[in-house]
Amino acid sequence: MENKDLVQYIYGIADNALILGQRLSELCGHGPNLETDIALTNISLDLFGQTRSYFQYAAQLLGEDKTEDDVAFLRTERQYKNVLLVEQPNTNFAYTIARQFLFDVFHLSLLENLQNSSDATLNAIAKKSIKEVSYHLRFSGDWVKRLGDGTEISKQKIQEAVNALWRYTDELFHLTEADKVAVEGRIGVDTSQLKDAYYEKVEELLQEATLTIPEEKYFQKGGKQGVHTEHMGYLLADMQYMQRAYPNMKW
Amino acid sequence: MEKNWPLWEVFVRSKNGLEHRHFGSLHAADAEMALENARDVYTRRSEGVSIWVVESKHITASNPENNGELFEPAQDKVYRHPTFYTLPDEVKHM
Amino acid sequence: MSEAQIKNLEEMFEQRIANDEKIEPKDWMPEKYRKTHIRQISQHAHSEIIGMLPEGNWISRAPSLRRKVALLAKVQDEAGHGLYLYSACETLGISRDELYEQLHSGKAKYSSIFNYPTITWADIGAIGWLVDGAAIINQVPLCNTSYGPYARAMIRVCKEESFHQRQGYEIMMTLAKGTPEQKEMAQDALNRWWWPSMMMFGPTDDMSTHTEQSMKWKLKRKTNDELRQQFVDQTVPQADLLGLKMPDSDLKWNEEKGRYDFGEIDWDEFWQVVKGHGPCNKERMAARVNAWEEGEWVRDAAMEYAKKQEAKKLNKAV
Repeated sequence: MENKDLVQYIYGIADNALILGQRLSELCGHGPNLETDIALTNISLDLFGQTRSYFQYAAQLLGEDKTEDDVAFLRTERQYKNVLLVEQPNTNFAYTIARQFLFDVFHLSLLENLQNSSDATLNAIAKKSIKEVSYHLRFSGDWVKRLGDGTEISKQKIQEAVNALWRYTDELFHLTEADKVAVEGRIGVDTSQLKDAYYEKVEELLQEATLTIPEEKYFQKGGKQGVHTEHMGYLLADMQYMQRAYPNMKW
Repeated sequence: MEKNWPLWEVFVRSKNGLEHRHFGSLHAADAEMALENARDVYTRRSEGVSIWVVESKHITASNPENNGELFEPAQDKVYRHPTFYTLPDEVKHM
Repeated sequence: MSEAQIKNLEEMFEQRIANDEKIEPKDWMPEKYRKTHIRQISQHAHSEIIGMLPEGNWISRAPSLRRKVALLAKVQDEAGHGLYLYSACETLGISRDELYEQLHSGKAKYSSIFNYPTITWADIGAIGWLVDGAAIINQVPLCNTSYGPYARAMIRVCKEESFHQRQGYEIMMTLAKGTPEQKEMAQDALNRWWWPSMMMFGPTDDMSTHTEQSMKWKLKRKTNDELRQQFVDQTVPQADLLGLKMPDSDLKWNEEKGRYDFGEIDWDEFWQVVKGHGPCNKERMAARVNAWEEGEWVRDAAMEYAKKQEAKKLNKAV
């Protein structure tokens, strides 16, 4: 597999961690109470840690003295390959939790497979990240249950969030060209194979949370090709501000 | 209805071989959450390998007003301590 | 209890503190001791929580991934410190919710420094270096304070804070050694944060009301002016090392006294901000109140869920 293809494959995984980490970091200082604030920030820190491992590897593959920060901050919107789900805003705590849960179930099964990658670096990152993501899933799954089987208000809010985000779940299982090359090279994971188990697991927990499984039939896609929702531009404007306003400086 | 999350006491074992030690307290709605919160709040810098949580209201504490009757009677039982017994210096391994 | 009995208890109590004994939650204590501690510890906790906001303002815009995780971890630590301190305060028989109520209604105070805005990235460096630097000077003696839970919380806080100031100084160092634009950014931040940091030690000794009692209870070991002097003396050489200029034309080394002389603090500004008229008082309070109110349904849901689970468990047992 050529370096440029491998880099594209890495973006497809790492950009999810970066963008979701960024979204969660926006909440630091604004959580429903201190304990939950601290917990969400821990998840954000885990995701940024993973991002850095992937991007340091990508930078090395790119050569030309590229750094993790070039990769993180200096691409244009179309060059980010995260799924649409993770860039959705923190509309309220229910959205934050639903987004986290719907991503965590996928993320964990992706990593469980990626730890068998023939690429030693990816395989090592996956092994380390699995422990973190298992905890994320435990946290988000528990909260889905609390909100679902909590009060009338919380049930309504989490149901609404799950319904609204459901249309972004199918994209998790689409294969890009980079994915296909990586799968052929035994480096990447064929995520299309993870789909049935994903919905089974998600639906099981939603039922336990006394929630209704959405019947959405129309799914959104595009993130993996760099065609994002309108939220993404603002997120990047914020995240890239310093690097864009003061180019070529060390911080 | 009591809406505030109750208070929990957190005990952490820093490493195997050591006892659990009281680290502090926090609020949580249930035991599961108390454990998770304790992990997030009190072991951010790898301070622990095991956590106990107990809802604060379940702890029965002695009253400092009774400290006299509770703890002072032990003070004159010097014969419980090895230094109470005089042995010549020649005696080894004791 | 008769007045004479109380007086006797008070004398014994003061004697215990003088002997360096710690006071623990269930021990008898004078009502004034309890109230003073609730006030000071909660004020300290509120400062940690409000303090998350100015720095949190730059998490999403941090210029590198390394800076981003460091800042995020630092702001998270402040939440942790607030939590430790609220917990210490709760041992005095007041709930965290009541303490929040005092904060949100404006009854409780917090450190005024956090009512200043963070307008450039260099402000994050300046806060770490100066504000955390000043805070450490204020806090280290509290590790030895008379109230056990407060002292223990402070030991944890001080231990964790050791990276905060270094984080800030490293940012300043990078800027000061960077491009002219970066150096200017650093100088500008120093100019704006220096005087508010000086104010963190509170009014001058002749204006300060609580000092004597606080000294006795070991809530304080040195006076405001002594601590301020210590701050100046340790910070000026650090600024020199950065090649930045202190925004104080009266600042100069006093050979005779072996310390720096410095200019007059703008006490009008100090009292303005304390009274709620600083640049960001309203924004800070609004952000806290908003987070708390928006979080109510979440907290309620968790309690309701916990109750349902408990009931289920009981049903199964029957």
